[in-house]
Amino acid sequence: MNYLLGAFKPACNISITFSDGKNRKQVPMKKENGQTALVPLFHSQDTISGKVCIEPYQGKKVEHNGVKVELLGQIEMYFDRGNFYDFTSLVRELDVPGEIYERKTYPFEFPTVEMPYETYNGVNVRLRYVLKVTVTRGYAGSILEYQELVVRNYAPLPDINNSIKMEVGIEDCLHIEFEYNKSKYHLKDVILGKIYFLLVRIKMKNMDLEIRRRESTGAGANTHVETETLAKFELMDGTPVRGESIPVRLFLAPYDLTPTHRNINNKFSVKYYLNLVLVDEEDRRYFKQQEITLYRLKEDASS
Amino acid sequence: MIADGSEDEEKWLAAGAAAFKQNAFYMQRAIDSNNLKDALKYSAQMLSELRTSKLSPHKYYDLYMRAFDELRKLEIFFMEETRRGCSVIELYELVQHAGNILPRLYLLCTAGSVYIKTKEAPAKEILKDLVEMCRGIQHPLRGLFLRSYLAQISRDKLPDIGSEYEGDADTVIDAVEFVLLNFTEMNKLWVRMQHQGPAREKERREKERGELRDLVGKNLHVLSQLEGVDLDMYRDTVLPRVLEQIVNCRDEIAQYYLIDCIIQVFPDEYHLQTLDVLLGACPQLQASVDIMTVLSRLMERLSNYAALNAEVLPYFLQVEAFSKLNNAIGKVIEAQEDMPILSAVTLYSSLLKFTLHVHPDRLDYADQVLGSCVKQLSGKGKIDDTRATKELVSLLSAPLEKYNDVVTALKLTNYPLVVEYLDTETKRIMATVIVRSIMKNNTLITTAEKVEALFELIKGIINDLDEPQGLEVDEDDFQEEQNSVALLIHMLYNDDPEEMFKIVNVLKKHFLTGGPKRLKFTIPPLVVSTLKLIRRLPVEGDNPFGKEASVTATKIFQFLNQIIEALPNVPSPDLAFRLYLQCAEAADKCDEEPIAYEFFTQAYILYEEEISDSKAQVTALQLIIGTLQRMQVFGVENRDTLTHKATGYAAKLLKKPDQCRAVYACSHLFWLEDRETIQDGERVLLCLKRALKIANSAQQVANTARGSTGSVTLFIEILNKYLYFYEKGVPQITVESVESLIKLIKNEESMPSDPSAESFFATTLEFMEFQKQKEGAIGERYQAIKV
Repeated sequence: MNYLLGAFKPACNISITFSDGKNRKQVPMKKENGQTALVPLFHSQDTISGKVCIEPYQGKKVEHNGVKVELLGQIEMYFDRGNFYDFTSLVRELDVPGEIYERKTYPFEFPTVEMPYETYNGVNVRLRYVLKVTVTRGYAGSILEYQELVVRNYAPLPDINNSIKMEVGIEDCLHIEFEYNKSKYHLKDVILGKIYFLLVRIKMKNMDLEIRRRESTGAGANTHVETETLAKFELMDGTPVRGESIPVRLFLAPYDLTPTHRNINNKFSVKYYLNLVLVDEEDRRYFKQQEITLYRLKEDASS
Repeated sequence: MIADGSEDEEKWLAAGAAAFKQNAFYMQRAIDSNNLKDALKYSAQMLSELRTSKLSPHKYYDLYMRAFDELRKLEIFFMEETRRGCSVIELYELVQHAGNILPRLYLLCTAGSVYIKTKEAPAKEILKDLVEMCRGIQHPLRGLFLRSYLAQISRDKLPDIGSEYEGDADTVIDAVEFVLLNFTEMNKLWVRMQHQGPAREKERREKERGELRDLVGKNLHVLSQLEGVDLDMYRDTVLPRVLEQIVNCRDEIAQYYLIDCIIQVFPDEYHLQTLDVLLGACPQLQASVDIMTVLSRLMERLSNYAALNAEVLPYFLQVEAFSKLNNAIGKVIEAQEDMPILSAVTLYSSLLKFTLHVHPDRLDYADQVLGSCVKQLSGKGKIDDTRATKELVSLLSAPLEKYNDVVTALKLTNYPLVVEYLDTETKRIMATVIVRSIMKNNTLITTAEKVEALFELIKGIINDLDEPQGLEVDEDDFQEEQNSVALLIHMLYNDDPEEMFKIVNVLKKHFLTGGPKRLKFTIPPLVVSTLKLIRRLPVEGDNPFGKEASVTATKIFQFLNQIIEALPNVPSPDLAFRLYLQCAEAADKCDEEPIAYEFFTQAYILYEEEISDSKAQVTALQLIIGTLQRMQVFGVENRDTLTHKATGYAAKLLKKPDQCRAVYACSHLFWLEDRETIQDGERVLLCLKRALKIANSAQQVANTARGSTGSVTLFIEILNKYLYFYEKGVPQITVESVESLIKLIKNEESMPSDPSAESFFATTLEFMEFQKQKEGAIGERYQAIKV
């Protein structure tokens, strides 16, 4: 019985440790089973180094045709499950074919790795970085071990960052002018602005500002678009009169946002919109949507 | 329908309160375990109950108060959190993550309060941020309560002078700006309530607005409490801004309430110095605003201020308060053509009171006010609105009360013109008020001119007014009125006989035209007053200035004759009769024989023609005898005529005892101790004998009529007369006659008689015994009498 069980068990335990694992920042990441786990955080141009430790179980030996570690950047479409598009793939051979009898440690290093895209977990698409250790065996199947990592890339302060200003209305019914102080916000930013009422002939219940994320995947006829409302922030309660100006102050920090992604590897895009919604007393909605660009600012540089 | 509504409301309130309580409980638990995140979460949920639109202001207030209490706890918790190292800036950001605006803003205000307390940022910045952010609530009811909360928590944190939050960057200007802004926004919301919802609920809405007005007014109160709001600040910033808001909101309820609020919360001194600004705003208000009440209150306040602080009066002059007010009122009245008369009168009444308090020395002001009032009333006819009448009476009473002196009021030429507009009944009341005022203050009215003016005022009780009396005046009231007029006459007095004569002439003129009913009340005091005048007349030939006195006794007596003549026609012969006698006496003093004789003649004529009641006759006769006895002026002939007549009257009295008494009284007419010429013992005896005879027959009458002997009282009375004249030494009264009379009485005494007569007789005898003991002539004469 023991023998049988032993036959299906992997013959060894593989662990991956990072050389700066203790100091490296870890961020929570949602796993496929819904639980969150802490995952080390990397940035583009970081050197990824560490050790792979292979430890056969007691009294076993591992015969293999070579040991390698790969750094993979993958895009996975959920509607096309199982198909990964690797946009980054780096390999380090750790061992020539042979046998491992006892615990064996292999150092590895990927120096200044280019990781152009951020880790992203969307509705229909996932972009992830993973370290994959493969102990290649001919007949018994290779032994694999994965280590997820999160990549975040900082963007510089944009050179041009105009405010968004617009006058919209429905003739003889509602006429407003709104203004957001910027068109590009970093993830901990605060949206300031105001809504100026030029004409009010409807009875309003309230006015909300929504943050919407539009994720489009695929290309051409296969494009899938998914829109989520990530934030619903009430700006006004009741009906204003002409000339009233309502302040906007929305802190982005509490919401789970990512930077705007435009056409990542021709596979997907993620865009953000501010949607100003006026709801009248008959629950009719009047809205105007404006795209904003989100970017990640280096933490200590954020204001 | 409505009942259902309120029932539902109770239900909603109960539901809201329950949910509220539950979240408050969780919040408290989070606070107890120092869990900021949960505390924020549950407090936001708790505050979400305030988002309801279903409650009336009253019920909403209930919920709001609960929230207020809970937020105090939260504020303490925030404070503790910052002490534990939580950055207040972060906290200030954290509370703004709430998705719903109303809870978010309540939390923001609470956090803001803590933020100010930590002094990590200038108070003004935070206050400005809060008041701006609150714009997000445009719903009137919720907005008002939110801003009211803001006002409440910021009250002790304003960077006022002397406040701990006053820093280099924060000045009182910021505090004022903040409150003004909050006030403006609240007022806008409050006004907006009026225009929301269906027209049929207008009444309910107005009621609800009434309930909410104090929330708005509170801001003005806060402003008035700021140390830093001094006169300059008030004049240059606060007042113009507040007035601008009031005028521009163009809402009747708000304008009325807020103007009144300004008047009530800010110091009088400020009002005084900014009077033209405040008044300038009045005509700009909506036509339907009750400016009258507002202005009245303003003037009332200013008058009280002046009354309590005499030292501020110069300021009133300096700023020309009166003319400003007067102008303003003129403008307001002009602007509102169809203003009810009541309002106008109220306004003038207040202005008058103000003038009286502030410029007591400026009668012309008061007169001016009355003049404007007349102008306003003219063309409106008599006032028939009872409230307006009341107000007019109050207006007219004001000068009287103030000056305590009708004389001053009489100088107001417009005063009687105003009185003209009262109805008859009220005129009477007014007149009584005036008279009472005179009496109360013992005001002497010293010139005929003033008297004339006064009577013009009190015409109501002096004359039957022109119009037919619709209402029968209550007899008691009438008497009381006329009595007061009688009293009044004695207050019209001048030491100078000439002027005094003029006064009485004026009185005569008024009284004689005043209708017959009044004469019997008014003539006697007038006569008495005139008689007093006679007594004061300088003795003829004793005029040191050699000036021909224009007022002579003769003239006055003629005057008296004229006025008394009016009386019998009233008819009040009784009164006239007495007055004639009094005049006669006065004439006697003045040595005016023909006049005295004339008066007596008049009295006799009255006695003969008008006095028919036997009892009255007795009394009248006694008066005649008494008066005649004292008269000195008559020559023998005249006196004889009069005495003879009197004795004749005496004999003609109906009842025997009356006859008897009258006759023996006549005896006095013939013997005057100090006058040699009138000592006619024969006729004295004759009278007494006649009296005895009558007494006898009286007894006989009694005997035959009732079968019992009458009283001996009459005899004893006659005995007393005998004794009197015996004592005086009338030769015709002899010892024998006295003795026989005593015997006669004693005989009568033996019969059963009444005890009063017995004791009367005993006393008489005792008296005789007593006189016997006396030394000298009297004693001797009595010794002679043997009893």
